[in-house]
Amino acid sequence: MPNPIPTSTILELIVRNHPGTMSHITGLFARRAFNLEAIVVVPLPDTETSRILLYLANEPKLEQVGRQLAKLHDVLSVRHRTDLSPEIFSQLINQIPSAPCNTF
Amino acid sequence: MKTTGAQLLRILLERQGIRTLPGIPGGAILPFYDALHGSTIRHVLARHEQGAGFIAQGMARVTGRAAACLATSGPGATNLLTAIADARLDSVPLVAITGQVSQSLIGTDAFQEVDTYGLTLPITKHNFLVRSAAELLEIVPLAFQLAESGRPGPVAIDVPKDVQNATIEIDTLPEPGRRQPLAPCADELIDTLAHLLAHAQRPVLYLGGGIITSNATELARTLAHRAAAPVVSTLMALGAIPPEDPLFMGMLGMHGTQGTNFLLEEADLVLAIGARFDDRATGKVAEFCPRATIAHIDIDPAEIGKIKTAFLGLVGDAADILRRLLNRLPPQTRPTWLARAAELRASYPLQHPPRSEDPLHPVNLCRFLGEQLPADAIITTDVGQHQMWVAQAYPFRQPRTLLTSGGLGTMGFGLPAAIGAALAAPGRRVACVTGDGSILMNIQELATLAEENLPVAVLIFNNTHLGLVRQQQELFYGQRYEASRFATSPDFAAIARGFGVRGVRIDPATDPLAQLSDAFAGDGPCVIDIPIHTTENVYPMVPPGAANRHMLIAQPELTHA
Repeated sequence: MPNPIPTSTILELIVRNHPGTMSHITGLFARRAFNLEAIVVVPLPDTETSRILLYLANEPKLEQVGRQLAKLHDVLSVRHRTDLSPEIFSQLINQIPSAPCNTF
Repeated sequence: MKTTGAQLLRILLERQGIRTLPGIPGGAILPFYDALHGSTIRHVLARHEQGAGFIAQGMARVTGRAAACLATSGPGATNLLTAIADARLDSVPLVAITGQVSQSLIGTDAFQEVDTYGLTLPITKHNFLVRSAAELLEIVPLAFQLAESGRPGPVAIDVPKDVQNATIEIDTLPEPGRRQPLAPCADELIDTLAHLLAHAQRPVLYLGGGIITSNATELARTLAHRAAAPVVSTLMALGAIPPEDPLFMGMLGMHGTQGTNFLLEEADLVLAIGARFDDRATGKVAEFCPRATIAHIDIDPAEIGKIKTAFLGLVGDAADILRRLLNRLPPQTRPTWLARAAELRASYPLQHPPRSEDPLHPVNLCRFLGEQLPADAIITTDVGQHQMWVAQAYPFRQPRTLLTSGGLGTMGFGLPAAIGAALAAPGRRVACVTGDGSILMNIQELATLAEENLPVAVLIFNNTHLGLVRQQQELFYGQRYEASRFATSPDFAAIARGFGVRGVRIDPATDPLAQLSDAFAGDGPCVIDIPIHTTENVYPMVPPGAANRHMLIAQPELTHA
């Protein structure tokens, strides 16, 4: 029998960088009732692709999430980054200095 | 070559082999309509964009090739959505092309502006907003490639008016988009499957619509006989195995026959092929095939284990996998198991009064239709009781002869799908079996039918109710009938004549089947209004959420024979 699948992980996607890609990915999570805790997107320099890190906490359908993401035309690859810890998301947000800004 | 975006789109569609294009014009798509003038593409003017979408679906479901449909921006696009969503759930290759307001107006709440890209995003395989005429060169072939490759599905292309009007200089045209081959399934998995089939004692094949999509119905039949495995079918796979085949057990699930569902209770190996374990097929999923090891062949990797954990999952084209499996599987003999299947089939036939007593009982009607129509006749249905009676009782003998809205369950599917089927399969008989509720949901397409003068017979099983709603209210809502009875019933024969279509109402008192035969015999389109019992139920029925072994069957006091 296969090993039990962990329910929380970080997925790394390489995607086509054009308008609509983010909608496809976030829309998939909303539509299939998957949980998405955190998301970071950065364009990869000198390419037409972007790298996305998704943090999925307590997602019992993890395998299904990965397979559905892989089916999206704009998603070029999906990897489980078991080597990364979710702290990278909180570290990232904590590095952003708070500053007084005009609100709309 | 200097051309406009609109002309380029037309050329690319022509190169894709599009010959018939249903749609409705409007402001934002008019440059493309202008470019259609003088094209080899024949436009079919629907009377509602949803009709155009389902006409295209009818064409695609009959041919297996992607069909296209056309609408303008705003309401044109929103009216298409139901047909697109329906294509998604039934894996039908469809390319929906919509006009959009000019890019300078996008985001300004312009007249007939709606976010078609955003609206089609969750109901398509992929969608495009074209930002320049040059992008059409890549997007159009890719749209057809995506629609037809792997698990087929709908693709939407939204084309702003300024893109259609833009002029562009092009040197070469791209190759048409075609179905892309898949990576073959690994040999070891097929070896394992052959081993499972050879060592099972009570195997069953569970066929879904994918067996028809992959043109693997003959292989499935060969496999059933080689493996000595009875076959159950979903709604979408009806026609894959002819009903007279001794191994064919009919449809499983909510309105399947009892013997079929009991057989799955006893199976020790269930091989699902191109089936997705839909809740209408499985009933309570935790109790579906409780004694069976599940093996699952599907072209879509996300289907493996989505609903039910599979011991063995094989991703690939079913025809390729079955061909290789047959090379590895020696003939099996299982006399006890096949005798048990035959016993279950014989013990639980559909319950219905004999034809002599009640010729207009829906089961008798469907069987009568089966006798009247040739084996290659195409039947479309709407959604409701009539759809289930057709599925239970009409003898589908060839693949792609049943066109029905299985996944989305869209009332209004039947008539436009029948028009599309008749357009795509000239010379074949097409019958749309519908209900008095469903037909009203796209009845305006009778105008299209009259205009095209196609050999489509529309048979309305008229019980003056939303019958399946009424049935559920009777069985599960304490017989509190809320909004399921029509207080007024239109004269459908007169309506048909108003559209210029022959209309007949069957009089149940005087040899109704002879009237039906006569009505059928004429040329051209016709509408036949057939009064049936107003409170007849579809049985067996698994209550929603229950396990498939808990089937309700007709109670003597509830029958009307």
